Amino acid sequence: MSERTLYDKVWDEHTVTELPTGQTQLFVGLHLIHEVTSPQAFGMLGERDMEVAYPDLTHATVDHIVPTADQSRPFDDDAAEEMMSELEQNVRDSGIEFDDPTTGDQGIVHVIGPEQGLTEPGTTIVCGDSHTSTHGAFGALAFGIGTSQIRDVLATQTVAMEKKKVRKIEVTGDLGPGVGAKDVILTIIRKLGVDGGVGYVYEYAGEAIESLDMEGRMSICNMSIEGGARAGYVNPDETTYEWLRETDAFRDDPEKFEAHKEYWESITSDADAEYDDVVTINGDEIEPVVTWGTTPGQGIGVTEAIPEPDALPADKQETARGSQEHMRVEPGETMQGYDIDVAFLGSCTNARLPDLRAAADVVDGREVDSSVRAMVVPGSQRVKEAAEAEGLDETFREAGFEWRGAGCSMCLGMNEDQLEGDQACASSSNRNFVGRQGSKEGRTVLMSPVMVAAAAITGEVTDVRELPEVAVQ
Amino acid sequence: MSEEVVETVERVTGSGIPVRGNDIDTDQVIPARFMKVITFDGLGEFAFFDQRFDDEDNEKDHPMNEERFRDASVMVVNANFGCGSSREHAPQALMRWGIDALIGESFAEIFAGNCLALGIPTVTADHETVSEIQAWTESNPDDDIEIDVADETVRYGDHEVTVTVDEAQRRALVDGVWDTTALMQSNSGAVAETAAGLPYLDD
Repeated sequence: MSERTLYDKVWDEHTVTELPTGQTQLFVGLHLIHEVTSPQAFGMLGERDMEVAYPDLTHATVDHIVPTADQSRPFDDDAAEEMMSELEQNVRDSGIEFDDPTTGDQGIVHVIGPEQGLTEPGTTIVCGDSHTSTHGAFGALAFGIGTSQIRDVLATQTVAMEKKKVRKIEVTGDLGPGVGAKDVILTIIRKLGVDGGVGYVYEYAGEAIESLDMEGRMSICNMSIEGGARAGYVNPDETTYEWLRETDAFRDDPEKFEAHKEYWESITSDADAEYDDVVTINGDEIEPVVTWGTTPGQGIGVTEAIPEPDALPADKQETARGSQEHMRVEPGETMQGYDIDVAFLGSCTNARLPDLRAAADVVDGREVDSSVRAMVVPGSQRVKEAAEAEGLDETFREAGFEWRGAGCSMCLGMNEDQLEGDQACASSSNRNFVGRQGSKEGRTVLMSPVMVAAAAITGEVTDVRELPEVAVQ
Repeated sequence: MSEEVVETVERVTGSGIPVRGNDIDTDQVIPARFMKVITFDGLGEFAFFDQRFDDEDNEKDHPMNEERFRDASVMVVNANFGCGSSREHAPQALMRWGIDALIGESFAEIFAGNCLALGIPTVTADHETVSEIQAWTESNPDDDIEIDVADETVRYGDHEVTVTVDEAQRRALVDGVWDTTALMQSNSGAVAETAAGLPYLDD
């Protein structure tokens, strides 16, 4: 059969049956769980006297509430300790593998899945977390679910879903110096809107996407949900296969690798696949992007002027006015020079090894501005260890960054890492919503890891391409 | 909860509360710090907390703080409501505050799915229709809005307007199959067959 997208193929492979609602009952190949959205689901399961149907296809980590300074138990925060204990109890009772911080494998759920080879092309992956779309970078169909759906998956290893339309987003050309995956996805969201993807799954394609490493593709797919698309994916290719070959799942088993690869190659979109919509974006024109507002769609090139609300589409004007008031920015100006109090390099969007390497390159030999609190929160314990093996921790520390443990941290402020008062944060995370980073007056400026590094050095939003050379001491 | 009672949601009737603004994300509906809990109980009082209270817990200007909307059960919102985080804590908090249904211009997918799992309809209408209902609830805070899920209509005062209910949502609510766990569990044989056919689950 031809004319099918990866989405069509993976959907068909995993279809169990059609439900009376017209929804499809879809088999879940991998269910990732964490401490915030799963305890209530286990509770519901208990109330119904049900058990976890496929514990072997379920994998747990702790990320949202975990402290990133002192991870010794019990955690200082009683509520965090209670959530951790509850998760430990649940995984023990159900026989679910759990990467707790003592294993060396703990980290943000969307970092550990791929790095362990749990995330494979052609699989279905769900997690009670909207950034599950990240795993689409491997050509998996991956999406976030709510807690009642977690209950469904625990009890049945299936979800009830409606099939979506597919929009192909083709990013042509080459990305310029200082421009990366984060700038591409912020550009896409700006262009298509924060709700432009509702009802769609995004297929990212084109030279600018294909030339990205797996980590870059993860950054792109990660923020699909910020554009309203519950899932996004990139067709697997040699880059994907080479990455997977080195993971735990396949490193010592070339036979298994070849067998799986045959399947992976079979589920890529056909050359003549039919799409419900196609959008083309010129990658040559993308510059480093920063947000000026309080939705991820409110982004601009670093040299561009902040828009006049009146010049925006009617339905965006009021939000824009509120955003500009909150952020205290003026239309007509660029974001360059916007004072920064905190620089946060972390999150499931941008805390993988290449992100840290690129940022370390920028800070190497420089010093964090005295007015800035700068922190690096690696995405996983493995990322942290690998970075330390390369001496990146030293580079960051010498520049004045805090080097912390793995977790979600200041992306959403569920542990002690939070903005205070009206602090402004240059952040490599994914959401600039009001209050997102733990303070309702806090101001978040989303940007790439290298742009966060540049802002940390100068104390203000800075075009990383214009950062002066390091003076020879 | 083990008894098999088929609950249907053909219509929801109650007074309305307008919460205006596009792109209201679930971090606003329930800030993350209130999610450090292992049950959903008690989340109702924290719904829209940072919009409703200042740092000293003094009430701010928000419809949910207004006495006249205290008993409202139909929330009337604008576009892309519930975007962002997948946290079911958001609809759980609204439900526990007293909301049984939402009317809006559009809803984020995960939020709407989470509402459905709780039997909460999320019906949609165009900007003008929604604005009129919002304005009407301001003037008639004690009067009922009737959402007919089966017929895809909303009645308020002397008005009756057509709304859209996603087809799967409509069937799930009207036929009482929105709680899918038992239904899907009954297909466990077919589930196992599907799993057996997946080439990557060979190990």
